[in-house]
Amino acid sequence: MAYLELNNVNKTYGKGANATEVLSNINLHIEEGEFVAIVGFSGSGKTTLVNLINGLLQPTSGEVLFKGNPIIDTSHERGVIFQNYSLLPWLTVYQNISVAVKETFPKESKQFRDERVKEYIEMVNLTPAIHKRPKELSGGMRQRVSIARALAMDPEMIIMDEPLGALDALTRGNLQDEILNIWNKDKRTALLITNDVDEGIYMADRIIPLRPGPNATLGPEFKINIERPRDKTSLNDDPEFKKTRNGIIEYLMEIGEERSTSTDETEYELPDLEPKYFD
Amino acid sequence: MSDKLIKIVRFIGLGFLEPVIRLSRGEETKKNLTDILKKIVAPLASILLFILLWQSGATALFNTEAEYRIEKAFNEQGQKAADEMAVCIESGEISCQPNTLPSPSQVNASFNSLLKDHKVISADKKAFKEKTAALNKQRIAEGKDPIVYTGRPSFVDQIITSIKTVFAGFLLAIFIAVPIGVVIGLSETLRSSINWLIQIFKPVSPVVWLLLVFMIVKTLTKDSDTDSSFIISFISVGLCSMWATLVNTVMGVSTVDKDILNVAKVLKLGPIQKVFKVILPSSLPLIFTGLRITLSVAWMVLIAIELLAQSPGLGSFVWEEFQNGANDSNSKIIVAMFVIGIIGFLLDRIMLTIQKFVSFNKD
Repeated sequence: MAYLELNNVNKTYGKGANATEVLSNINLHIEEGEFVAIVGFSGSGKTTLVNLINGLLQPTSGEVLFKGNPIIDTSHERGVIFQNYSLLPWLTVYQNISVAVKETFPKESKQFRDERVKEYIEMVNLTPAIHKRPKELSGGMRQRVSIARALAMDPEMIIMDEPLGALDALTRGNLQDEILNIWNKDKRTALLITNDVDEGIYMADRIIPLRPGPNATLGPEFKINIERPRDKTSLNDDPEFKKTRNGIIEYLMEIGEERSTSTDETEYELPDLEPKYFD
Repeated sequence: MSDKLIKIVRFIGLGFLEPVIRLSRGEETKKNLTDILKKIVAPLASILLFILLWQSGATALFNTEAEYRIEKAFNEQGQKAADEMAVCIESGEISCQPNTLPSPSQVNASFNSLLKDHKVISADKKAFKEKTAALNKQRIAEGKDPIVYTGRPSFVDQIITSIKTVFAGFLLAIFIAVPIGVVIGLSETLRSSINWLIQIFKPVSPVVWLLLVFMIVKTLTKDSDTDSSFIISFISVGLCSMWATLVNTVMGVSTVDKDILNVAKVLKLGPIQKVFKVILPSSLPLIFTGLRITLSVAWMVLIAIELLAQSPGLGSFVWEEFQNGANDSNSKIIVAMFVIGIIGFLLDRIMLTIQKFVSFNKD
């Protein structure tokens, strides 16, 4: 039995004739301590998949098991780093993390919680900005707060939903290393959702492409057999890297083409509308 | 130091003073001079223009009215009466002054006389208090009601009564609208089941609210002999003005960003924590927008309600002056108009400052 299991999961939005199946027949097994990346086009149902795993959504059919038990609600065991940071805008950096720590460790002393909050702010190098509000922070800093918040809750598994998608390339590279460092320290299980194949290869043990939705399903997995710690500069010349990268991109291109040809066939009849003038 | 001063000045809405402060420090003389021209001189000029227009309008109206009077005297009593009337008007005799829009100087004179009147009345009140102090002590010791001053209230007293009424009504509106708004906003079932009530009662006129409150309060206070006009007017003000806050609170609570709600779920906040830590703070800007509208509506309907409920205050002041028809009644009404406007403006400023203070969207 794997640590996290998705067995024949389907997710449909809407009912009856309007129903759209976003995810169909998803099977995914993640072992403890593993770092898995799922790559896919935007709009392919990645966020739906994440929400099924963190417990914000329930599957229409099939089962999502975490340590053998079905996921029916959110849990402190699974920390989430959202795509759009999702910080509470009226709280400072300290308060944002403090809310999470208070919820996770309600019985601990105030001092313990205070130290924990400060420790995690220090870990993501935000101590100088500790009393600033999210609005005063850059995108990269906000995402670091979000990371600190997720990790301060001491989750067994980290779920990251395109955490670095909105950042510039340099900040992105720095944060990738930071996340890897943290993951390396106590080998938590990690699931990374991304649209960047290079990022997936650099960070993960396994990459699984998500075929685009509707009816998105997982493609064949690609194992990354590159020694850790990986070096970003020499990675580009690594034959293993090239092979995997080409393999994944070819696969994604293929299904991308499939999708574009298949959508070309359906023709939509447009309603006969004319602009109306009110004068 | 003065950077802080500028920040404070800006915060309380006196931003037009900023160039003066900067100029006094010798910063960018040219830019600050144009700023002063724009922010201080131009508004002052427009006020001057307004007074000039008012003055000429009042003069024109005065002349029309005077001509009409002379002509009327001529038609009814002949040339001699007309001449007498013209002389009478010219001399400024009170009995034959045309009754029309007062000029700025007349209004100013009335304002001063109202202030003087206030001084007289408050001196009178003070004297009364001193005179009855010993007697009242004795009466209280005997378990009787103390003797209170029952003389005519001054203009300033009436302003204070009006402000008290509006704040009582405003507090009532907050205590009704915000909690109900939060509860309705949280539940979609409640929202759709109560919506009709809100939609129907929202546009009801202040007068009708007053009558409704009157019906209920009259019955409830049948046995007590206290004056219920204050209770009636503040409840009516509250009921008239609370709708903006109610609708805005419902709106704010029901449209909290989905991402923020997801955070609350992932952090596993309990229902009470969720309301106080996530939903209320994130809907605070909208709630405050509602409160601001509520306060200005409250101030606006207050005058009409006081006028009808015959409770003391600016509304009844205006109405009494109108009924009074003395030669300076019109200018007193204009004084009241400006006072009402300026107080309304100040109340809105205060709310805006508080709103800025609690809002997380501040820059």
